[in-house]
Parts: sequence; C-alpha cells; structure tokens
Amino acid sequence: MGLIDSAVDTVESEIGHLKDNVKDVFDQLDYEAAGSVYDSILTTKLGKVVGWAQKNALWPATFGLACCAIEMMAMANSRWDAARFGAEVFRASPRQADLMIVSGRVSQKMAPILKQIYDQMPDPKWVMAMGACSSCGGIFNNYAIVQGVDRVVPVDVYVPGCPPGPEALLYGIIKLQEKILSEAGTGKAREKIA
Amino acid sequence: MTVTEQGLLERDKDTMTLNMGPQHPSTHGVFRVVLEMDGEVVLSAVPEIGYLHTGIEKSSENKRYVHVIPMTDRLDYLNPPGNNLAFCLTTEKLLQVEIPGRAQYIRVIMCELTRIASHLLWLGTHALDIGAMTVFLYAWREREMILDLNEMISGVRMMTSFIRIGGVAKDATPEWIQGTRKFIDYFPEKIDEYESLLTKNPIWMDRTQEVGVFSKEQALDWSFSGPCLRASGVDFDFRKKRPYSGYENFRFEVPVGKNGDIYDRYRCRIQEMRESREIIKQALDALPDDGYKIPDNKISLPPRNTLKTSMEALIHHFKLVSEGIKVPAGETYVPTEGPRGEVGFYIVSDGSNVPYRVKLRAPSFMASPGMCHMMTGHFIADVVGIIGSVDIVMGEVDR
Repeated sequence: MGLIDSAVDTVESEIGHLKDNVKDVFDQLDYEAAGSVYDSILTTKLGKVVGWAQKNALWPATFGLACCAIEMMAMANSRWDAARFGAEVFRASPRQADLMIVSGRVSQKMAPILKQIYDQMPDPKWVMAMGACSSCGGIFNNYAIVQGVDRVVPVDVYVPGCPPGPEALLYGIIKLQEKILSEAGTGKAREKIA
Repeated sequence: MTVTEQGLLERDKDTMTLNMGPQHPSTHGVFRVVLEMDGEVVLSAVPEIGYLHTGIEKSSENKRYVHVIPMTDRLDYLNPPGNNLAFCLTTEKLLQVEIPGRAQYIRVIMCELTRIASHLLWLGTHALDIGAMTVFLYAWREREMILDLNEMISGVRMMTSFIRIGGVAKDATPEWIQGTRKFIDYFPEKIDEYESLLTKNPIWMDRTQEVGVFSKEQALDWSFSGPCLRASGVDFDFRKKRPYSGYENFRFEVPVGKNGDIYDRYRCRIQEMRESREIIKQALDALPDDGYKIPDNKISLPPRNTLKTSMEALIHHFKLVSEGIKVPAGETYVPTEGPRGEVGFYIVSDGSNVPYRVKLRAPSFMASPGMCHMMTGHFIADVVGIIGSVDIVMGEVDR
C-alpha cells in the first residue's frame, strides 16, 4: 500500500469518528442530507484526487497473447499514441503494472499462468478483456479455449471486435478511466486496495 | 563448460536452469523456452509450446469450407491473406477450377502488401528487442498505411478474409488501386530510411553479425523455409520454383544471404520488401479485367441483382448459403510462400461440404526446434536476437 493510500485511510477513519459523533447531533435531521455533506465534501474529495492520479497513469503489463496483441502494439504506437491518455508505459514485469489487457484467446494451458500474472500485480489493478476471444471465446467455441477470461480473473472493461481496432481499445481505456474516477472514494475503490 | 573434440559443449555439474516465457516481451507471443545455463552461456534450449493452442484444425472439421477461411486468418495473424490464399488454392485444386486473372492479381497484391506489413512488424519488434526504439515507430508508421488499404478493400484492418474460394470477395475499387499506387511510390525511400538507421550501425552489426549462424546444410536439416533458409544461402522460393496464382508473370529477384546469421536474415527481409513492392507495381500495371471471381454459381455467389429476376440464381444462392460448396473426394496439398516460409494446407475431402481433415504446414512450427538449437553456445543476451530473427508467430505454431 502506497503512502497516499495510507494517508487516505487515516483521514477517512478520522472522518468516520467525526461522523459518528456528529451523527447524534444531527439525529433529528434527515440522515441522507447529513451523510451527503460529509461524504461528498470530505471523504470523496481526497479519494477523487487519488483516483484522478491513478486513472491518468495506467501502466499496462506487456502481455500479448494473440492477434489482438498486434493491435495493442498499434495503440501504443505513434499513430494512435496511447500516451495522450497516460497509458503507454508497458511494463515487462507484472509487478510494476496496474492494468492487464488480455489481448487474445486464452487457452486452457495459458489460464493458470494468466491468473498467476494477475496475482503478481500490485493492488489496485484493473483488467481489460480485449477482443471477442477473451470476452466470450469468440469464434473458437471448442475444447481448447477458455470461454471468456472472466472465468479466471475479474474483468472491468470488455472491448468487442476481432480484433478491435486501436481506436476501440483507446475507447475502452477511456471508459476504464471513467470507471476508476467514478469509483474513486467509494467502498469499491477501498475494497480494491484492502 | 568444456568443448569436446567434436565441437560439442559438454555440461558441467554447476549449471543453472532458466525459464524464459511464456509471458516475456521478447518471445513474440507465448513461447516458452527452458534454458540450461553455464554462467552467461546457453548449453541447451528446450522449447515448450501449446500455450496458444486454439484447436483450429479440429474446429475446421465441423465447419464448411467457406467458414474455415476466417479461422485461417487467425493462424498466422501477421499474414491473413497468405493463409486464406493457401487454403483457397488447395480447395480450388480439389474442385479443379481455374481462377480469373484479375482475381489472381488482386490476391497477389494483397499477399505482397501483407508480406511488407509482416516484415515491417518483424523489423520493428526485432530492432526493439535488440535495443533500437526508433525503427519500431518508423516501421509502424508505414504498416498503418497498409492496414488502411486493407480496411479500404475489405472493411477490416487485419483479418481480411478477403480471398474466397473461387476468387475474391469484392472487386478492387479504383480508390484502392490508386491508394496502393500511392503507397508503393512512397515506400522505397522509407526502406532506405530504416536501412540508414540499422545496416551500417556498429551496435546493430555487433549484435547481429556472426550470431545465430546456421549453415546451408543445417538450415536444410532443420527444415527451415522462407527468409531464414534463403539467408543461409539456399536459393529457394516457391514463388519462383513452383509458381502459383500468377507469380510466373512477374519479374523479381530472390534475395539470398551468405553467412546465415541474424544480420543476413535482416538483409534478406529488407530486400524482400523491395521485391514485394516490385511485384505489386507490376501487378497493378497489368491488372486484367476478366472478373474477380469465377462465374460458376455452384462455387461463388451469383450477383445480388439477379436474385429477383432469375430463379436459378436464387436457388444457387440458397444452396450455397445453406449448404455450402461440395468438394469432390480426394486429398491434396499446395505449398505457398508466406512471409515466414512455406505455408500450406493439406486437405482431405470425403466429398461432403465440410473438410474431413485440415492440416497446416506452419513455417514457424517447423523452425522453432532449429531456432532453439541455434541458441546453444550463445550468450543469454543473444537469445532474444535469435528468437526475433527467426520471426516465429505463436498463432501458427500452436494453432
């Protein structure tokens, strides 16, 4: 857990205590109104700052599986330039990455390795299923292919296509950024680092 | 480590086993190799494959011939039209049909464009593995143009599925022809640009010359094909030796190397891009005008506008869509020259509308044991260069 995360936790627990004390005073008031004052102004703002930082510095793991990996490389390249969205620093080691783009079909033999790589990534982490194969098995509905990578790891964003173009993948990354920001400061974001 | 009289490396006791892959940025996919190391030197390299096994050959047995074509795209995903072509040529040989010249030329143009795109990707990633970042960005700039041409003609950037049994899916539009012309006029100076970055670069030469050497005999023994075989000094190219799809009509050179090291493979592929450009130029200049598919409606769909006026056209359309093409019983194989070497499908037909057996001869698969043999005696840092130079694609190794 990073310094920012621990700072957030400290402040949030302080606010929690404060809220408990003040809650009695505001007992007559509508709880929701009172809660929203504390949630929106104190807790959420700091969480949002952290979320904003996280969303603009997604470090994907270099994890090319099949055809989609080629389009993933195209996305990182000069024409589409994922650097505009802060997601171009591909890391060879999963221990330095916080985004896993599952780019291609996942075979039964690869699935345990994929899970291991996911487990090696530090929290908080996100997963994108790129392409039809990793989303649902695609055209390969047979004995060899895992019918959707969400059977192995939790997926945040699915990008359809076979393979999806770089623009589709960029759109997926923007959607993921929106998700990170909207979850920032809520229980969901805290669960991720817990 | 000691060297025996035969020049073989003899293993000492204190060696280290090192695992590389399947998740390694330089293995070009999910290739895994287990290296036996003595310090920095590789004593033995054992490949392990199957991490991308997709069951395409087995799935093909349940699909009609036309439905197999999109699956062939995803075998060697850097050479989709080449795989389509290999499959369609084999099926057409079983059907014993003659393809119109225009369709053949469009096929050739698409395959050669893809060969350039594949070599560009190889050049970019190979240079990146060895440490040259700029080439990667430059090579992709031109690759995007080819992908745009693909999108223009077929609607898809990579998996075109454009080559069909009996011709191609659609006729080449004037815009596409014009765009291709523009590209081939623009491209040669860009090849010079890549060469100016690498060919005389002392770091590049140090890392590639006399590394991963395979002699003529070794290359043949380990059943190499394509640029890796030619870099070792064997003048063999299916486009010249056993022409298919109208390749006999084009004038082009087959680049052959001398030393069979990484540097020669690099030179061969660079030269091949120039020759591919020549082929495209000739094909565009001499593009015939005799239809983009065969008129036989039992194999290719009748024109859409005839469906409402001709009953036979409607019946043919219905039968083709609902039942597919019936291929006479028999078995055959047609070799073609892909960017990585000999690509071919061995198809067994039992006379029904689905193939009885489809077997792919994949150049990357055939080259991977030789590639691992090549690593022995080299430093660990050269392993990445050797993998890059052989240019394997795991999609067709594991299929």
